[in-house]
Amino acid sequence: MPNEHFVVPPHWEWYILGYFFFAGISGGSYVLGSMLRLWGDARDAAASRIAFLISFPTLLICPILLTLDLGQPLRFWHFLINDSSGGLAFKPWSPMSLGAWALLLFGIFSFVMFLSALSEGGIVHRRALATAASFVAGVVGGIFMVIGALFGLFIAAYTGVLLAVSNQPVWSDTWALGGLFLASALSGSAACVLLATRTRRDAIATDRKLIEADRYFILLELALIVLFLATLGGVLSKVLTGGWIILWVIVLAGTLIPLALHWRATRMRATVTAVGTAAADISLLAPVLVLLGVLALRAVVIFSAQA
Amino acid sequence: MAQTVGFFTDTTLCIGCKACEVACKEWNQLPNNPLEFRDSYDNTGQLDHANWRHVRFVESAATNPDKPIAWSMMSDVCKHCANASCLEVCPTDAIIRTEFDTVYIQQDVCNGCRDCISACPYGVIGFNSTSGTAQKCTFCYDRLQNNLKPACATACPTQSIKFGPLDELRQTAATRLATLQAQGVSQARIYGDKEYGGLHAFFLITEKPEAYALPSTQSAVLPSRNNLPGYVTATITAVLAGLAGLIAFRRRGEPPAAQTPPSGT
Repeated sequence: MPNEHFVVPPHWEWYILGYFFFAGISGGSYVLGSMLRLWGDARDAAASRIAFLISFPTLLICPILLTLDLGQPLRFWHFLINDSSGGLAFKPWSPMSLGAWALLLFGIFSFVMFLSALSEGGIVHRRALATAASFVAGVVGGIFMVIGALFGLFIAAYTGVLLAVSNQPVWSDTWALGGLFLASALSGSAACVLLATRTRRDAIATDRKLIEADRYFILLELALIVLFLATLGGVLSKVLTGGWIILWVIVLAGTLIPLALHWRATRMRATVTAVGTAAADISLLAPVLVLLGVLALRAVVIFSAQA
Repeated sequence: MAQTVGFFTDTTLCIGCKACEVACKEWNQLPNNPLEFRDSYDNTGQLDHANWRHVRFVESAATNPDKPIAWSMMSDVCKHCANASCLEVCPTDAIIRTEFDTVYIQQDVCNGCRDCISACPYGVIGFNSTSGTAQKCTFCYDRLQNNLKPACATACPTQSIKFGPLDELRQTAATRLATLQAQGVSQARIYGDKEYGGLHAFFLITEKPEAYALPSTQSAVLPSRNNLPGYVTATITAVLAGLAGLIAFRRRGEPPAAQTPPSGT
């Protein structure tokens, strides 16, 4: 039975939607890049590099959107420094406080991996980049990358927990949002990497693996959507009425259609050695639908609760 | 530390004159409300950044056929909860507890993130787009520091709003409740002795709490209750996603791909 509160909406709107989307893609891409390095083989190096090259630029957008959403943008640093005492403003029980710190720290990991990817890919030749690349190649670098992946998971997931840690109807009536946003972020990140690698011959092998991973992420996301709706109880109608249905249709189109296309692509590639034009079309449509679904999911969760 | 103070609002004494609203606006220099007609004498509407007192007109069906509507008036205000949801979530420590045990938003620290607005279960806090900050009742902090009663309690002509040391107010409320119940007002009850660790602005009410837009005792829960289940679900999802990655990305012992020319990255 949901708690009955009389909360007014905080008017978190487009900037926050953008922030949740890019935070998910940034964190998710880093995690994918790390998983490809840890568990993949030499043929996955190009896709892994691309994942890290996606992570940092998308992360850079996040603090800009967050700051623009503030009523007092020039006080963004109050998230980190207590203006009264001069000490650190760190409240582990406040997801927004944790998120601000995690965003800052994740930036370090994402930046180093970005530099390393630039160097490894031969895009830019600088001593600093080569140093980053050699650092990442070592054991300590591996540990560094894994710690960064934990931050990446947090960045992709905490936005859901942030909504839940409130008294807003819908958000606070469920415990599924953190997991749901994470699964959706990983799916969206896999779609981003697929989009970036679809024309690269050196990433064909990883392409197949990414499609398989995306299939699992989508299944996870679908299960969590069911959990999310099931936990809403009496406030379910708030998210399933009127114009929100359109967003849910996009969410479903962004999960079920790519799932079907991925399955078809896997079957085609199992029988055809060369990647044909049909498969190429599929590899464009499915990731685009996934990304639209990721955006629509966040939009329906953010806006319907405040309507 | 100064004495813990509170408001005891006895709704059975409120006549809906709105002197408290006017006094609050005047002392705190809050902007006027835009003229708006509503289906009630309540033309304030709700508590927000510009209305720190709000006289609620709770309408219900009456038993007297000549007067089909019965009104219960209540002067609503920030509850200055002992366990305050807004203070709990505020990421910048802009919301503090004062030496009078009241909850106060430091206007020079607040950066307008609005997390407190989504947390307050009473819908008390509003966002001021001019200052870019969250605002609510300060319990007339400046007046308290100068040994003055808050403006609303000073102006209330019927003593519906009582101000004083919290312990004394609780005793006053218990006595008043016993009197009303002895007079046959059996539905009278105190709201705010248990909710959120005890509200520092508490009420004597004669309807269900929800009728005054007050969450029931069972619903009076803090935002942090969702921290653990939220992170646990995310962690389980992360583990499952990791397994999915392991299955999908694992080395499969396939022959190395043909040498391909570098293409930029």
